[in-house]
Formats: sequence, C-alpha cells, structure tokens
Amino acid sequence: MISTLLAMQMDWALVLEKFLLIVVVVSVSLGFAMYSTYAERKVAAALQDRSGPNRFGWFGLLQPIADAIKLFSKEDIIPNKANKVLFVMGPGLAMLAALMTSAVIPWGDKVVLGGREISLQIADLNIGMLYVFAVVALGVYGVMIGGWSSNNKFSLLAAIRGASQNISYELAMGLSLIALLFVTGSLSLKDIVVGQQTNGWNILYQPLGFLIFIVCAFAECNRTPFDLPEAENELNFGYHQEYSSMKLGFYLFAEYINMFISSVIMATLYFGGYDIPFFNEAASSLHPNILALMGFGALMAKTVFFVFVFMWVRWTIPRFRYDQLMNLGWKSLIPLALFNMLITGAVVLYLQNGWPKF
Amino acid sequence: MQPLTNRAKNVDRRPMTLAERAYLPAILKGMGITFSHLFKKKPTIQYPEEKRPFSQVFRGLHVLNRDEEGRERCTACGLCAVACPAEAITMEAAERQEGEENLYREEKYAAKYEINMLRCIFCGLCEEACPKDAIYLSETFAPANYDRKGFIYGKNDLLIPNPLTDREAYEQAAGGRVRQPVGSR
Repeated sequence: MISTLLAMQMDWALVLEKFLLIVVVVSVSLGFAMYSTYAERKVAAALQDRSGPNRFGWFGLLQPIADAIKLFSKEDIIPNKANKVLFVMGPGLAMLAALMTSAVIPWGDKVVLGGREISLQIADLNIGMLYVFAVVALGVYGVMIGGWSSNNKFSLLAAIRGASQNISYELAMGLSLIALLFVTGSLSLKDIVVGQQTNGWNILYQPLGFLIFIVCAFAECNRTPFDLPEAENELNFGYHQEYSSMKLGFYLFAEYINMFISSVIMATLYFGGYDIPFFNEAASSLHPNILALMGFGALMAKTVFFVFVFMWVRWTIPRFRYDQLMNLGWKSLIPLALFNMLITGAVVLYLQNGWPKF
Repeated sequence: MQPLTNRAKNVDRRPMTLAERAYLPAILKGMGITFSHLFKKKPTIQYPEEKRPFSQVFRGLHVLNRDEEGRERCTACGLCAVACPAEAITMEAAERQEGEENLYREEKYAAKYEINMLRCIFCGLCEEACPKDAIYLSETFAPANYDRKGFIYGKNDLLIPNPLTDREAYEQAAGGRVRQPVGSR
C-alpha cells in the first residue's frame, strides 16, 4: 500500500500536468461554445442579409456575456410534478457527456516545458474511438432524462424521438468508422493523426465514409436538418420545454459543445487533426513548442470551418419529417456504410495480400 | 374542363430520380445560394445612429407655428379640435394682455394647448382646418414613453423654437414642410 503511494508520489508532476490540461481543454471547449452561440447568430444574420448582434461590445462581441447574465438572472422553475432529482440531473448529464469526449482528442503534438515533454492529449487511450462512441451514446441520457422527468407529454415525445434518432444514426456512424479503422489500423486518435501525417489525410481514402460520418454527426448533435427532438413548431420546444434559466442554458450550451467536439473529431479523423497541410513537421527545424502551437492552430482552423458548415447547413435546409429521417438513416445510410465497409475491406485486403489465388 | 386561364400548370408527379433522392445535389445548390448571400449588401438601417429619410408628405408630430417675428400664430379658435376625428386636441383660450404683443400675434391666444398622441391618428385634418397656418404635422413621430401621461403633449412640446432667438432650431423643426409665414390669410 505504502509502496504504491510512494510510486504515485513520483508522478505528482504528471497529475498536475494532466489536471492543468483538463482545465485548459474544458475552458477552451466552453469558450469556443460560448462564441459559437455568437457565431451562430452572426452567420445566420449574414446568410439572411441581416447584421446580427452588434450592440454590446465591438461588433457585438460581448453578446455571449449578456446572454449568460440574462439566463442566470431568469427565474428557475421546476414543475410541480416533475421528478426533481432527474430534472436537475438532466442538463448536467448533457453537459458532462458533451465535455467528456474531449479527453481523448489530441489537441497538438508535444510541448517541452522545463525539460519535460508534455503530450497535448489528456489520455491517449488505445481504444480512443470506442471511448468517443461510448460517451456520445451517453449523451442520449441527457435528452431522455430531461424529457421524461419534466412530466410533460410533448417533452417525452421529443425525448423519445431524440433517443431513437441518436441510436439509429449511431449505427451508420459506427459502420462508417469501421471502414476508416480498416485504413488506419488503430483505434487510438493519436495514431490516426500520426498515420495521416505520413500517408495523407483520410478524406482521400474515405470520401464516402466521411459523407456518412458528417450526416450522422449532424443527427447526433440534433442540428438542423435533424433537429427533431426540439422541433419548435411540432413539439413546442422539445425535450427542454419545461426548463428555464441556466438549466435551459446548459442544454443549449451542450448542443454547441457537441458541435465543437464533433467538428474536432471530424477534423481529427478525416482531415489530419493537428497536421499542417503541405508542411513536413518531422523535417522542420522549428522549436517543438512553436510546432505544437501551429498544429493546434491548424486543428482549430479546421474545426472553425466545420462549425461554420454546421451553421451554414442549419440556415439553408429545412427539417426532415420523422419518417424521412428514419428512412434516410436505416434504408440509405446503413446500406451505404456497409457497402463502403465492404469495398474498403476488399481494397485493404488486396493491397496487403494481392489478388486471391483459388 | 375548359381552363379559365392559361396559367394553370400540371404538377409533375413522376417519382424522384436517384439524384433527387440523394438530396445532396439539391442541398449543395441551396448552400451555394445561402453562401452567395454572405456577400450581399445588407439593407439594415442602424436605427438610432442612422435614420430613414421621411417623405415630404409624412404626417408626424404636430408643430405649433410662429410667425417671422416669433409670435405664436394660434388664436385658440378651436377649429382644429372640431375637425379632429379622434378628439385628441384640447385647448383653453386666453386674452392677450397689454405688453404681450411680441408673444402672441392676435388678441386671443391658446393658454393651454394639448394633443394626446395616443388618440391622434395623424390624419392632418387639424392642419387643413387651421385658418391661421398655426399647426403643422412634421416629419418626426412620437418617441416611446413609459406612461400614458407622457404622450399628452403640451405647448412646451409642440411650439416651434423662436426664429428670432434660435434660428437654427427653428429651421430644423420647420423642415421642408412648414411653409414660411405669408402674413394673415
């Protein structure tokens, strides 16, 4: 017992380093989500020939703070017949699931501080992709618990819709990723990025897989055209109808964090992660810290682009009907993903073993 | 059946082609359209800083006019109040005293003159009814207020600035609409 404690003592620096990394990553995610709400309104305005928020701060840049103050100062209502424990838990769970995914994402290469090499990844799990899937699946609980505990039939309907939608699209998403894993040969996100640095980005090998993945990512994040769980005009406001004040804010915020994380994951899986395009990191003579910073910048640029695509799509196309949603998921995306998997598997086998001899 | 007009079009009920069922071409086309809007000029007028010019015939807040010597033209005859379909105008007349000739143009004047801007429908009939060119509708509208009392405009709010002491403000308030005094009609 004491020896294990002593052994742990040696790694205090590691614990501190990881703790700081977690704080930074979480606050970056939160800050990014905060400004996505602003960006969403600006992008929506620009696409509709309006100017968007421009009163508070320079170009309205302090708008998210104004929104937060407004949400915090609103009355917090818990319905009389709601299940109070679950009702309070719902938004927290949604937020938790949204933030937890960021643990396995490689935000950059190594940083050297005082002779210590610090990897810019909270945990390099060898099953990173599976972890992401598990946590994303947990996100359904936020929706489901929120909808069920409000004791409101519209919320419940919306929650059931949301849950079944997420589960249906997770299937196609998983299948499209299996094809990707055939190519990369590893579940670790770090390995996937390093592989892309040498072999070129995965989008070149998996264009169809990426298409399926991005469609499923839209559905997983409950973004238009798949925003049925919060369909304003059919189900009032969806699963968070009974929520008010910052609890509602948490649900809306979780959506933006989800969007951020799925953009990061898309960039990591298909667009080289922190890889800087047309630049050989291994051969460059720059200081590793500068390289890491540049890599982080590249990842963020890709992420911002995907977040913009999320918003762009939202303000372009209308919502799917529920049967259309299910048809698309089960009858189009899953067969397509299976087909993609089959072709990829065949090609990978051919490249490894050559043409089979009968 | 004989078509009544030539504008009727047959609805295309053929099943969707594969390209249409894939949604993607149509979605990309739509995204192209919305993207082009990023570069379009915004028609927004940034209101408090920037104001839309009103038309010359816009009927806004009332102005009680003065003559070129800065004397109030209103004689409290009450024709505007009679003409008003919304009964928004009330006034009290008073007699001009010795030594007030520089304030009021004629022997009788309005001691109190109130227009309720919540009742007023800005029809301009008061302006038409006035025999003394004393009331005009200007090119501004009543600003928001916190209570109803704030919408009852008295003489202080309505009177145009004195052209002798404050020429600039007078001309700004007169705008293009208040005709220059032409003497008694």
